[in-house]
Amino acid sequence: MRLELTGEQQMIQATVREFADAQIRPIAAEIDRDCRFPHETVKGMGELGLMGMVIPERWGGSGAGAVAYVVALEEIARACASHAVVMSVNNSLYGDPLYRFGTDAQREQFLRPVASGHAHGCFALTEPQAGSDATNQATIASRDGDHYVLTGRKRFITTGREASFALVFGQTDRARGHRGISAFVVEKGTPGFTVARIEDKLGIRASDTAELVFDDCRVPAANRLGEEGQGFRIALSAIDGGRVGIAAQAVGIAAGAYERSVAYARERRSFGVPIGEHQMVQWMLADMAVAIDGARVGIAAQAVGIAAGAYERSVAYARERRSFGVPIGEHQMVQWMLADMAVAIDGARLLTLRAAALKEAGRPFGTAAAMAKLFAAEMAMKVTTDAIQVHGGYGFIKDYEVERAFRDAKITQLYEGTSQIQKLVIARAVLRGDHDRA
Amino acid sequence: MPNAFWCLVEDDRNGSPKKVMAEVIGEASRLAPGRAEAVWLTDKASEAGLKQLAEWGAARVLLLEHAALAPYRSEVWVAAAAELAAKEAPKAIFAPVTSRQREFVARLAARLGVGLAADSVGFALEGDTLVATRPVYAGKLLSKVTWAKAPWVATLRPNVFRPAETQTGKTAPVERPAVATAAAQMKFVERREEVSTGLPELTEAETVISGGRGMKGPENYVILEELGRVIGAAVGASRAAVDAGWRPHRFQIGQTGRTISPKLYLGFGVSGAIQHLAGMRTSKVIVAVNKDPEAPIFKIADFGLVADLFEVVPELTKEFKKLLEK
Amino acid sequence: MKILVTIKQVPDTATQVKIAADGKSIDTTGVTWIVSPYDEFAVEEALRIKEKRGQGEVVAVSLGPDRVKEALRSCLAMGCDRAIHLNDPAWAAADTLATARALAAVVKQEGPQLVLCGRQAIDDDMGAVTAQLAELLGWPCAYWIMEEAIDADGKSVRAARQVEGGLEVFDLPLPAVLAAQKGLNEPRYPTLKGIMGAKKKEIRDVKAADLGAAPEPPQLSIVGLQALPPRPPGRIIQGDVPTAVKELVRALREDAKAI
Repeated sequence: MRLELTGEQQMIQATVREFADAQIRPIAAEIDRDCRFPHETVKGMGELGLMGMVIPERWGGSGAGAVAYVVALEEIARACASHAVVMSVNNSLYGDPLYRFGTDAQREQFLRPVASGHAHGCFALTEPQAGSDATNQATIASRDGDHYVLTGRKRFITTGREASFALVFGQTDRARGHRGISAFVVEKGTPGFTVARIEDKLGIRASDTAELVFDDCRVPAANRLGEEGQGFRIALSAIDGGRVGIAAQAVGIAAGAYERSVAYARERRSFGVPIGEHQMVQWMLADMAVAIDGARVGIAAQAVGIAAGAYERSVAYARERRSFGVPIGEHQMVQWMLADMAVAIDGARLLTLRAAALKEAGRPFGTAAAMAKLFAAEMAMKVTTDAIQVHGGYGFIKDYEVERAFRDAKITQLYEGTSQIQKLVIARAVLRGDHDRA
Repeated sequence: MPNAFWCLVEDDRNGSPKKVMAEVIGEASRLAPGRAEAVWLTDKASEAGLKQLAEWGAARVLLLEHAALAPYRSEVWVAAAAELAAKEAPKAIFAPVTSRQREFVARLAARLGVGLAADSVGFALEGDTLVATRPVYAGKLLSKVTWAKAPWVATLRPNVFRPAETQTGKTAPVERPAVATAAAQMKFVERREEVSTGLPELTEAETVISGGRGMKGPENYVILEELGRVIGAAVGASRAAVDAGWRPHRFQIGQTGRTISPKLYLGFGVSGAIQHLAGMRTSKVIVAVNKDPEAPIFKIADFGLVADLFEVVPELTKEFKKLLEK
Repeated sequence: MKILVTIKQVPDTATQVKIAADGKSIDTTGVTWIVSPYDEFAVEEALRIKEKRGQGEVVAVSLGPDRVKEALRSCLAMGCDRAIHLNDPAWAAADTLATARALAAVVKQEGPQLVLCGRQAIDDDMGAVTAQLAELLGWPCAYWIMEEAIDADGKSVRAARQVEGGLEVFDLPLPAVLAAQKGLNEPRYPTLKGIMGAKKKEIRDVKAADLGAAPEPPQLSIVGLQALPPRPPGRIIQGDVPTAVKELVRALREDAKAI
């Protein structure tokens, strides 16, 4: 198994990290506070080619591939989860299905502007009463000559206000249930298509989450993506890709919080020395550095060692956890948490990269994506919670970025299938015998 | 005089040597007593300026005075200086670090086919060789370098070397060799003066005040400038403040800005990123005022105040005023 | 217009530098390498000139060991058309003059109309190669430039250089050498397309023998590197602001004698 990023992927990672640190991180707190969509930096991301990473150059994308995509997404998320959400929706939920199911004419009209970063797309599947159950669509799309007439509401639509194009799912044949769902591209400004409300959220506050209303909205038949009745398949394939993206995002959020915790451990003084200077902390930091670099560079042999190390540390942590609450000394507690964070992140990162690599290789990756998403989301919540703990009272106030990371992490457990849904997906695959790696 | 230590004169473009020349001549005299010579390329030298060079200890002044030498163009200066160097065979050629000397001296070293130690902060004679010390890698290490042959060409960081005492009344012969002027390829168009702050130049100032991200905005630098006027200090900024657009780049202290080495550095709301330290860590006394007790600048500060700069600066201005009125 | 940009690969500022066993160089294990920031301004300016004129070629040149290819590759990713790598152990001890000589030989082979360099490399901070290259070529040179404009015919360049107290503007006939100062431009990030296109671009390896003359021995050599002497521990002045400030002023005046 080859786990090393290519030279190109490494350069992409370095470039995106530099961009994220210099351009995105300084505004992250402000846009979170004001719920402001960061047009200026999102435009910069488009110019870099981050909005169409899985789309070939021929259609305006950068064709960097799925692995480079998760690597880049992680870097964006570690600076600001809101930016990562915008990127993820454009790439996974809008761009990818448009490329895979669109005709050349549709790709030219609806994909190129989004993949090249000049416009945004959104993915309108969820309905107010449905949640994760996509088979139950109340939105109706009835054929009328060379048009379809859409009527219905879509809720929790990321980038719904900013998007120029919405990929909307509706029932063209109620009787056929989920086999009667079709997909349409609806352009902003189409009569009957309005944005009804914007949600006020706990996290990812700079990305807009909208409710879209379609009221006798006439959409040309040429805007139908794929065949009639193919909508559900399109949605599911997009969501699989989206889950890989969310996993990457969760890793990024957690990695950002983790790094700030390490920096804090280095600088924060107690008993006259930085807490990072206590020997126990040093051992742990050294172990972490080895583990993290190992996974990042991803040499296969090291990956084996990391997996073993992750296991051992998890056991060690579980042992210690029993005595959690008993005063075992402030420094040690910090060490445990940092070590645990590092391990969890690496585990999630490896799962994420595996899913991306499967996708890039054209192999089935749905279960792998669900596993990565589940693990990474739960991990992100845990790591960001611990990151606040490491920071003590300071972690609870907005002066330190971990507070935002904590709020942002929560969404990764929710969208594109809650953690519970992921478990369902995985369990079904396991029971079917589709996934032999669990 | 053979074996002389040349001191290339940096002037104010109005006929007077800059004060930093006292440091260059002082160091040259320490290394080669009685053999420090001032070599001055200019379009006009004042009598007072010539006298000043002698009083700082120049044993002789070689004055290359010609209209073609202003404004400074490396191609013209190098031709003139190289011809004189061929005749005079100096042992060493020293100049202060300034924007033009940085270029001129490098070009001159290439013309003479010898080594250059730029931005040196120390010299030692070891037998018949000179060893220069210079900060490298963002000031994290010191490098000792030596030359394969003379003349030993070097530039000296301002405010590091002990300036020569003024020996009032001391005189020195002034020679005016013929100037070999090369045809200039560069045509002067104009000079655009910066809006003067009325405060000293960053690299020359003995006291430097620096404002970082903690200044919160460009409008707040007025309080630093007021303090600067009271104590005669230059006012600079960290990269964070410059990149935020609060101050023009010429005020940036640090690796991609100016390198300073004042007697007293006062940092307000400066965190002390490595790249800032690279530009000021050779300051003699460092004072840091920052609300964050963990700011890295406290690690190199001689005196630190963990406090809000907006409370400290006015108080400090008031206290210094009181002190100076006494 | 053909433009040659000289770049140097240097350790990232934030990277830890340790002295190697020979006491004269740094231990390169674990060092993060970057293109020296001033050189990025030079690359950016060259690319802008090419884009503005709608034609031309930008060639990146660097001297150093194999790892330097990575730096050249990132220049190609930014948009340079090809790269030349002066890669020969014969240059291992090259000082600024030896480096300038090698670069001058490349310039003579390539015949560019303009050479752009960074003001100085942030590893040894010598800031000499640009001027020395101009000297060896006999070309006019402007240091620390904050802006430049090439005339329509491509015959001369108007450059504003930063000096103490202001800017001095000159017309330089081409070919010429310019040294970029911070503030000249804001370097672009390499785009993903650029990064992926970079591998198709040429990086030509050049040995000392390819340039005709054998490298001359260095005129300046490093005797040794040493760590900075530690600063004496500082003192945090406690107390409310008025009291602390009074104490600071007293300490500066009486203890440190800095005022």
